[in-house]
Amino acid sequence: MSKVALELKGITKRFGSVVANNNVNLCAYKGEILSLLGENGSGKTTLMNMISGIYYPDEGQIFINGEEAVISSPRDAFDYKIGMIHQHFKLVDVFTAAENIVLGLNEKGGYNIKKATQKVAEIAEKYGFDIDPNKKIHEMSVSEKQTVEIIKVLYRGADILILDEPTAVLTPQETTKLFSVLRNMKADGKTIIIITHKLHEVLALSDRVSVLRKGEYVGTVITAETNESELTEMMVGKKISLNINRSEPKNPKDRLVVKHLNCVNREGVKVLDDVSFTARSGEILGIAGIAGSGQRELLEAIAGLQNVEQGEILYNVPDSDTVENLRDKTPLQIRSLGVRLSFVPEDRLGMGLVGNMDIVDNMLLRSYSKGKSFFLQRKEPKNLADEIIDQLEVVTPSANTPVRRLSGGNVQKVLVGREIAAAPTVLMAAYPVRGLDINSSYTIYNLLNQQKEHGVAVVFVGEDLDVLIELCDRILVIGSGKITGIVDGRTAKKEEIGYLMTQTNGGAENE
Amino acid sequence: MSKGTKHNHEPLIHITKRGNVSEGKAWGIRILSIVFSLLVCSVVIILLTHYNPIQVFKAMVTGNFGSLTKVRSLFQNLAMLLCISLAVTPAFKMKFWNLGAEGQVLVGGLASAACMFYIKDALPNAVLILIMLVTSVLAGIIWGVVPAVFKAKWNANETLFTLMMNYVAIQLVSFCIMYWVPSGSAVMGVINMKSQAGWLPNLFGQKYLINILIVALLTVVMYVYLKYSKQGYEITVVGESENTARYIGINVKKVIIRTMVLSGAMCGLAGFLLVSGTNHTITKETAGGMGFTAVMVSWLAKFNPAIMVLTSFLIVFLQKGAGEIATYCRLNESIADILTGIIIFFIIGSEFFINYKINFRSKHKEVK
Repeated sequence: MSKVALELKGITKRFGSVVANNNVNLCAYKGEILSLLGENGSGKTTLMNMISGIYYPDEGQIFINGEEAVISSPRDAFDYKIGMIHQHFKLVDVFTAAENIVLGLNEKGGYNIKKATQKVAEIAEKYGFDIDPNKKIHEMSVSEKQTVEIIKVLYRGADILILDEPTAVLTPQETTKLFSVLRNMKADGKTIIIITHKLHEVLALSDRVSVLRKGEYVGTVITAETNESELTEMMVGKKISLNINRSEPKNPKDRLVVKHLNCVNREGVKVLDDVSFTARSGEILGIAGIAGSGQRELLEAIAGLQNVEQGEILYNVPDSDTVENLRDKTPLQIRSLGVRLSFVPEDRLGMGLVGNMDIVDNMLLRSYSKGKSFFLQRKEPKNLADEIIDQLEVVTPSANTPVRRLSGGNVQKVLVGREIAAAPTVLMAAYPVRGLDINSSYTIYNLLNQQKEHGVAVVFVGEDLDVLIELCDRILVIGSGKITGIVDGRTAKKEEIGYLMTQTNGGAENE
Repeated sequence: MSKGTKHNHEPLIHITKRGNVSEGKAWGIRILSIVFSLLVCSVVIILLTHYNPIQVFKAMVTGNFGSLTKVRSLFQNLAMLLCISLAVTPAFKMKFWNLGAEGQVLVGGLASAACMFYIKDALPNAVLILIMLVTSVLAGIIWGVVPAVFKAKWNANETLFTLMMNYVAIQLVSFCIMYWVPSGSAVMGVINMKSQAGWLPNLFGQKYLINILIVALLTVVMYVYLKYSKQGYEITVVGESENTARYIGINVKKVIIRTMVLSGAMCGLAGFLLVSGTNHTITKETAGGMGFTAVMVSWLAKFNPAIMVLTSFLIVFLQKGAGEIATYCRLNESIADILTGIIIFFIIGSEFFINYKINFRSKHKEVK
């Protein structure tokens, strides 16, 4: 192997009590492509942000070309010839590509756009980029914007390039093109670190793979000597036993049937692609997937908060043959149909609750419109609030305390408690234990299990595969907006789910 | 980036957010800030005018409470400012930045003036006043609801939109005055001076009493509306988080439009009270900047109508007192404006100290 370009030794970074990176060691050679692999929240981006000067490590050392480096700002990073291409582009929309590229450079005598344009063209020629330096950013596609970001970094003379999930926003064709450019850069002796969680890309592109899991460095393997299953195991780890009770579903009936659902987000990107599944009563259906694969949109579409392009969302009314189509209905219309659909959204204080309102008024959110009176009825919500505080052991000074003052676990108890109090027939929960400590998490698992035993169709979007496997009866795996598999929670292997999560081709379909 | 600098040196001053501040402590800070502001005012008075500050402050009080006329005028101004503040409150609580109260009041006043000008004493006074009331409220609604519709349907920026509507209202008033006053003096005299048609009558022989009573009633109604009604609750939820509103099935567009109808209607009503119950004429200055002062009053009171009585009193007291000082010291009004500015600056500044705490770099930390 050739020279070491970048080496990290014992890097640790904490945010409050959360350890984002713990004693991470890593090295990257000149003229190689290194993949940094890990699940969401495994600390990949934090680690790279420390190399590019956005964060400063609490402990540990960074060596560039064998010498210790102190990188305390992005400008320092540039001085060490390090450039990072972020997931969210940092470009000025009304400027041209060339203007964006020279922006922020300390060149003497003002900017010489003409010269810059020429140099941009040279760089593009050298590595095989396709770019029009005089095109304005707002007229560009996502892929073109990414090209501008990469050239911007090269223009500043970067030798070490870090790309944070560069393919997340690209079509397969664009990805192929990007990869060929990256290979050209590698041939030119650049060091390229690419953050990703897509296994087939790792295998197709990189020379070596370093794996992080929950902030810890797991190891590095040579791509040619590994395979998908080994990488998956490194990424998700060995199975841990959690001892969550799981009863057999009693008399399950199809409650919610989703057929060929297609959704497009605000940017016009397809986020759900032909999603079909059934949620049964008395059963917990888990949804696994890399964050941002369409889980949020799926639940919001069912709850009436997301526009549906195509498909059907059918609700079978219990103890009757009536079927209601929930598609294109507002939350209010869904409720007035008598469909008791409860939804614990991912964004607790931004959607499920109002942080500045007290617990009583947050209870009111679901019930305030009841009755014909012009005025609010606070008596029932007050009783409900007291009941939830009592039964779920919510730690709060009183029912009149603003919710934002409660701790994360207590906020979640308030939210879940309210949603369960509506006696739902379908209960959807998105990441209900995110950020919660062990005890609060188990309270939530028990609540979900109770609902299941009461015959509720529970849909649980989770990120911890161990939990999904122990809690859910069936697990639906979603990858890039497509269903990549539905597995039985009792027999599923973690590696199997991990593998399905990283697939981007839904089923037999080809792109 | 900041992590890097922190690594080397803790900054000299850093500001942290306070967690829970008790009501008592918050009011303590507010009162302290007024005391400080009066101290600074005193220094300024001594340096600039060589008057005894105590005398000057006394003049402020007598300027407000010195005679029945002065008290009456104080309460009248208080009522009008409070009325407009109440009007903008539902919109602001919904985080709809309505800077168009000035224009909404003005068109309301203009509608009243137009009725007085054209109908004169052709109808019984009670009927005329009723017509004026309705047209004023309608005019205010139109001025308020147009930006709301654009906001709800196309997410147009309401701040700019409402602000621009003010200029349209001012020009409209100018045009009408030019049209109505043939002499070209561009000043509209008192309308229906002889017949007093369209003038709100004096209650118990007291001028402005009707205005004051109407606003007092509105204060109570607004308080109850915001705190105890379903519509008030919807306003709060939409203002706090539009996502939550959608999540529980509130029709956000409907709430925006409905609330601006209410806000505009109350501004229109204020315009009616200013023309029919106070000035009996219309000028470009009829609203007199109160549409903007009201924004401050409403914010200072944290959108609580009960506290708004206090904050609007404070502002009116300062303005009236300032005028008195100017006469008393035989100075122009600038000194009064300076003093008012100092006091308001301190009051607004106190909110910062209620929410944040200032920490100085401690010595022992600097060593290592």
